[in-house]
Amino acid sequence: MPTLTHYLVLSALLFALGLFAVVTRRNSVAILMGIELMLNAANVNLAAFNRFAAPGELQGQIFALIVITLAACEAAVGLALVLAAYRSLETIYVDEINVMKW
Amino acid sequence: MTGEALAFYVLAALTLASGLVVVTSPNIVHSAVALVPSFLGVTGLYVLLNAEFLAGIQILIYAGAITVLILFVIMLTEGGTGMRARQRNEQGPIGAAVAAAMAVLLITVATHTAWPRGAGTLPAYTTAAIGRSFLGANILVFEGTSIVLLVSLIGAIIIARKEE
Repeated sequence: MPTLTHYLVLSALLFALGLFAVVTRRNSVAILMGIELMLNAANVNLAAFNRFAAPGELQGQIFALIVITLAACEAAVGLALVLAAYRSLETIYVDEINVMKW
Repeated sequence: MTGEALAFYVLAALTLASGLVVVTSPNIVHSAVALVPSFLGVTGLYVLLNAEFLAGIQILIYAGAITVLILFVIMLTEGGTGMRARQRNEQGPIGAAVAAAMAVLLITVATHTAWPRGAGTLPAYTTAAIGRSFLGANILVFEGTSIVLLVSLIGAIIIARKEE
């Protein structure tokens, strides 16, 4: 039987993978993918705490649903920003985007 | 080993292996496509955690919408693929050390804390209970989230629009 600790360890590893992508990738789309992995790790935690620590309530799953909704918002706005940066600077590599105004 | 434990380890391996492909692949399109099995592994974990509605939403929004959105942006910005460019910056070893330290910290906290065991059971049909909760006790959260969705929709259109 997997316990709460199993799920917490899994989501810690998934979070570390996402963090690695965020700090080492140059492509801003790949950085957004890392952020999605980190949000998924957080959602696994919320559902696991709901199942094991407070099974009488549904607040964990409801919180996870709201996080998924806000992740969709974040992806839409983030990718729109990537498109706008590509249009004006012709690059999406974050170490080349180094001017505040053009 | 029970069936539930076997399912957990298979799904965890699927999620972490495809997550590793997402963060290490030199081809950005491979990374985007490898997101799908990772999200599907998390979906299986939700089913194991008795969160069926969450599992359905995960497939609809993550595996469906967000992956397609990411692939569209790759197509619009790099002419289909980013294979020619260097994908990693110079911080590889430091970044790996930071991520490993974070993982060790989180795992230590998770294994050394005595988590409380709650009483009670989850409702048999979580979808119905979530719906009732969103139109009852959590209606303010529901409405606030819809306003945020509307604002981000308008913001994304304005930011991505071509300037005249």
